[in-house]
Amino acid sequence: MSKFTTQHEAFRNLQRRLLFLRLGLMIGLVLLSTRLWYLQVNKGGYYRGLSEQNRVRTVDLKPARGLIFDRQGELLANNVPGFNLYLTVEDIPDRDELADALEGLIGLPRSETKKRLANNAKSYVPILLKTGLTLREAALIEGHRLELPGLRIQAESQRNYLHGNFGGHLLGYVGEVSSEQLDEPAFQDLTQGSIVGKTGVEKTYDHAIRGKPGRKTIEVDARGSERKTLSVAEQTPGDDLFLSIDHPLQRLAESLLGEEAGSIVALDPTNGDVLVLASRPAFDPNALSRGLSSALWEQISKDPRHPLTNRSIQGQYPPGSTFKIFVAAAALESDKWSSDSTVRCTGAYPFGNHVFRDWKKGGHGSIALSEAIVHSCDVYFYNVGHRLGIDAIAQMAGKYGLGVPTGIELPSEKGGTLPSTEWKQRVRKEVWYPGETISASIGQGYLTVTPLQMAAAMAAVGNGGVLYKPRLVRAVRDRMTGQIQEILPVVRGVIPLRDESVALLHEALHEVVQRGTGTRARSTIVEIAGKTGTAQTVGARAQISTGPEGVPKQFRDHAWFVAYAPAENPKIAVAVIVENIGHGGTFAAPIAKALIEEYLEQSESHDRQPHPGQL
Amino acid sequence: MIDSRIQDNFEWRFILVSVGILLLGVTSIYNVTHDLDQSGHVPIYVKQLAWILVGSVALLAAMVIDYHALARHAYLLYGIMLGLLVLVFIMGRSSRGAQRWFPLGPFAFQPSEMAKLALVLALAKYFSDVPRAGWVHQVIIPGLIMAPGLLLILKQPDLGTAMSYTFIFVSMVLVGGLRAKALGMVVLFGSMLFPFIWELFWSSLHDYQRERILTFWDPMTDPAGKGYHALQSQIAIGSGGLFGKGLDEATQSRLKFLPEGHTDFVFAVFAEQWGFIGALVLFALFAALLYLSAEIAFKAKDTLGVLLATGILSMLGFCLTVNIGMTMGIFPIVGIPLPLMSYGGTTTVTSMAALGLLLNVKRRRLTLFY
Repeated sequence: MSKFTTQHEAFRNLQRRLLFLRLGLMIGLVLLSTRLWYLQVNKGGYYRGLSEQNRVRTVDLKPARGLIFDRQGELLANNVPGFNLYLTVEDIPDRDELADALEGLIGLPRSETKKRLANNAKSYVPILLKTGLTLREAALIEGHRLELPGLRIQAESQRNYLHGNFGGHLLGYVGEVSSEQLDEPAFQDLTQGSIVGKTGVEKTYDHAIRGKPGRKTIEVDARGSERKTLSVAEQTPGDDLFLSIDHPLQRLAESLLGEEAGSIVALDPTNGDVLVLASRPAFDPNALSRGLSSALWEQISKDPRHPLTNRSIQGQYPPGSTFKIFVAAAALESDKWSSDSTVRCTGAYPFGNHVFRDWKKGGHGSIALSEAIVHSCDVYFYNVGHRLGIDAIAQMAGKYGLGVPTGIELPSEKGGTLPSTEWKQRVRKEVWYPGETISASIGQGYLTVTPLQMAAAMAAVGNGGVLYKPRLVRAVRDRMTGQIQEILPVVRGVIPLRDESVALLHEALHEVVQRGTGTRARSTIVEIAGKTGTAQTVGARAQISTGPEGVPKQFRDHAWFVAYAPAENPKIAVAVIVENIGHGGTFAAPIAKALIEEYLEQSESHDRQPHPGQL
Repeated sequence: MIDSRIQDNFEWRFILVSVGILLLGVTSIYNVTHDLDQSGHVPIYVKQLAWILVGSVALLAAMVIDYHALARHAYLLYGIMLGLLVLVFIMGRSSRGAQRWFPLGPFAFQPSEMAKLALVLALAKYFSDVPRAGWVHQVIIPGLIMAPGLLLILKQPDLGTAMSYTFIFVSMVLVGGLRAKALGMVVLFGSMLFPFIWELFWSSLHDYQRERILTFWDPMTDPAGKGYHALQSQIAIGSGGLFGKGLDEATQSRLKFLPEGHTDFVFAVFAEQWGFIGALVLFALFAALLYLSAEIAFKAKDTLGVLLATGILSMLGFCLTVNIGMTMGIFPIVGIPLPLMSYGGTTTVTSMAALGLLLNVKRRRLTLFY
């Protein structure tokens, strides 16, 4: 073989081997095409979906909540711009790093961030992390935008209560919708982070004032920053509320209570309008609405004085001597007793092996019904109660609305307790003891009432027997159409007292203030009719005679005063209770007087009718 | 006369296909980068056009100088490249844990890319000079030629380039003359030694490289983390569907969900926009380029020409297959650019110079020289 052939052989060999390389590359290309077909054609729809999920985010457009006005159109709650911090879990590369950064930047506790991240189901839906950021905090976050992908500051309207903690209980506050609520049909259009009313009218009228959220779909880039808007469904602002509250009067009432715990309720006896619904101690609904820290919440909710409790509708107190009004009404309508029936009061009423005492040592002497009311004679009413029996008393008091919630449009109203033989059998599974009737006759024992119930009952006494459902909201204005829907007064019942009975009660209650136990409520400008009450707290009975000064504060009596004015043609009915302070005539009566004077003085100087349409 | 016309026709086809691929690359680079904020900087697609211009000069140079003349200096060129690889190790720029670039003003020069071409030249020269049989001459010595380059590249570390470097070596050894019996031995020993080599290879990897390879098997295990590139790339390609999403709707690349869209993942950008049909057209262009390259190799007039063309063919074919494979999730993500399409100065100039060498081999097939 020549050298040439060998070389030629080798060269041919080379070319043959090349075929393998060509074959290999061809197989490679075929494989790639197959994979391409699989990805783009077989699974194209699937990946299309993933790419959409990548780029499309849905943002809730929070509607502005409706405004809340008082009866004169004074603004009580509105909305101010606030910064809220949102985050999209999907866009976060490192959760721990984010939690650390947030703690460093805006002091949001690490655990809080982790908690929020943990209970999030859909990773591409933005979740609300913090509301009410300060301008500085918002700027800090914006400044670190590139290091913190997935975070977004959104300027949204923030609930604002113009008068701070005045009227906080009745207005309520707002907060994030709970996950339990989100499952309910009433909250179907909301998403996590939506704001709803938590208490007060904010809660009861939430459906009207929260508005309808809108929805915006946006396109985001890989960092989560908005690139363009794909579609918008505008939000609908909530409706406005016009309350029956007279806010200047409400403020006065709350300052009259001052640092004491207690409640003041004032109603318009002609239609049931709630003029004042004061409860102390109070809280600032602004603080509660702006995503307060866990520590502050702990402090408020664990406060032994229970500032969150709305005492006007949730405080259940023994009515004390104020209850005598209803015992008297029962007596007047009963054939077992007459207004002329006299009782000799010696200051003590032995019953069985127990002696019930009068508040006045030595007693009132021989006394008839009217005078017994004026001087609040306990022994007289012990006798009445014993004669009438608990069921007759309960029946009459029930007609005045005691023992059941008034139906005011506020959440968690309590009904108090109106005991009867049937009640005791049903609730306590025991028979009624006659001795218990004696305590009940002067408003002690099982009997409890709320300040609102007492005010409503007093309004019915003053107006001659019409019991209104307390009306807290007078009108709702549609924010879009401007249309005003009035909420009409509701009569819950009429108390069928004879005219003479009404006249006697009116006269006696007027005299209470003129010369009886309630003289501290006597006014030079208006005739006030009222009744004092001193509700004994549990365990305080033994110390009753020692007077308030020597008794520890928590064992002192609750001071009651219920009233209406003017006595002839009442325009306002009031119930005042101050907890653990002492006698009603001493402590509660002056408060009622101040409130009534202010209200009637003002109503003379200008027209108090509301004009919601003017706003 | 007739032969000369066919010859011209062939070269035009070759140029046309290459220019087509280059332009599709520039278009994709433009689409994915034109809206980036780069005030004061030259837009990336303009830079790429500039590189193509530089590449054209390199192509012409590689085409005009007789490859036999080039081959005479093959070892010298290879030596210079090794020197550069050492130098980059000493004074190169580090980025993301790897040291593989020389900073050149606003540009960066990556010697490992060019080392591939120098290796092709050196091995072609070696095999055409030493047509002797036997292990030592066919495998060991070429292995010793290849080894220093490979080790320097692995040390950077640049896994992708090291793999293509190895692939070039293996395919040239196989084509260059290893006999069938020896081939069988290599396969046998290779499979026996594989666990040890794998172990050696695995332990030499950086953590991020291992993670990339691990997440390759299941990108969904860590969608926001290490599997992110792979997953987003597959979403981009898959969502392109049959006909593609068009420029404006190609959200994966336009909104930067797809990282490195103008470099390693340029194919995903292209496939999202143009869909299966468009990608097949691109495949056809690449297939045509490979076919024409193989033709050149097959019809080369001497062993040097065949081996030169073979080396370039395997270099282009490997990069192409692995790059597209990794964007589609059938290969781990190892930074290998797509030849002629990915943005990058060194890769563009190297690829175009390689095309020039191919044309060189083609042009000289009729000239006699001995």
